[in-house]
Amino acid sequence: MLHIVNKSPYERNALESCLRLAINGSAVLLIEDGVYGAVKGGSFEGALQAALPGLKIYALGPDLSARGMADRVLDGVSVVDYGGFVDLVAEHSNCQSWL
Amino acid sequence: MSDQEMDMEEGGVVKQFMFVNRKAPYGTIYALEGLEVVLISAAFEQDVSMAFIDDGVYELKKGQDTKALGQKNFSPTYRALEGYDIEKLYVEKESMAVRGLTVEDFAVDVTVLDHAEMAAKMAEQDVLISF
Amino acid sequence: MPMIEAAGKSFEVDEEGYLINLSDWDEGIAAYLANEEKVELTPNHWEVINFLREYYSEYQIAPAIRVLTKAISKKLGADKGSNKYLYKLFPYGPAKQACKIAGLPKPTGCI
Repeated sequence: MLHIVNKSPYERNALESCLRLAINGSAVLLIEDGVYGAVKGGSFEGALQAALPGLKIYALGPDLSARGMADRVLDGVSVVDYGGFVDLVAEHSNCQSWL
Repeated sequence: MSDQEMDMEEGGVVKQFMFVNRKAPYGTIYALEGLEVVLISAAFEQDVSMAFIDDGVYELKKGQDTKALGQKNFSPTYRALEGYDIEKLYVEKESMAVRGLTVEDFAVDVTVLDHAEMAAKMAEQDVLISF
Repeated sequence: MPMIEAAGKSFEVDEEGYLINLSDWDEGIAAYLANEEKVELTPNHWEVINFLREYYSEYQIAPAIRVLTKAISKKLGADKGSNKYLYKLFPYGPAKQACKIAGLPKPTGCI
């Protein structure tokens, strides 16, 4: 299953709820303001690291770059481009968007 | 078109659809729009369920009175879902707990699932639609 | 919004002729709307109209046709809870036509 989070974890609880409700082996893709959850030094670093053994976490490169955050992505988070976004959607049978 | 889609056109395949509700009722239009889509989806005779997570649990709170707001109180409509054969209403236990809600606070009968059970239920769906 | 004069009162309707304010409705307006739809109201019509108004007042929606037939069959008997019976009373669609006469909005899930 693929989970997509597009809200900053500092404004909404979408990332927190996603991490609570994603089963092991799921993929989580952070896009738009959601990418702020994928960077080092923020208060979600611990939560993400704790989730990483069970989940595959991706962040959308163009959204990181646009926000000046491309150089501080957490280790273990994979950066994908739009093609990678499409691949993720295609390779998972279902998808939950945490609006 | 895949074989599965072909079957569906012939009325063969029933898919599991879950409508995921995460927003409180009157501050935004999500909850009402979600409910209307659920009612419309009933016409397609699929296996429909609703999940109430985060502020979505507030949609089911008893005793809503919107008279002073000048908005329609749509909470009674959740009680109509049974007549539409939509009987699987899942509420996440942790979302209720942090908001100080119990099943007695709800206007309809629900199934309470903890986060692990809810996660498993979500993962088994064919289609998830979020509001 | 178009205004309509009927039974000595004026009231607002939408482009399709559905009442805007549910509270405007009374039996005189129902008779006017029925006449517009070329439906002659009999006690059997009133039974369905009253049923719809009760359903709306309980659930705040007009039921989809499938739900309406099921609920009517439960309350008024299986012979009345059929598409055939309801279409006989309201030839242009029980959900649409009966809801309009009952002063309700167009049914949710009416596609």
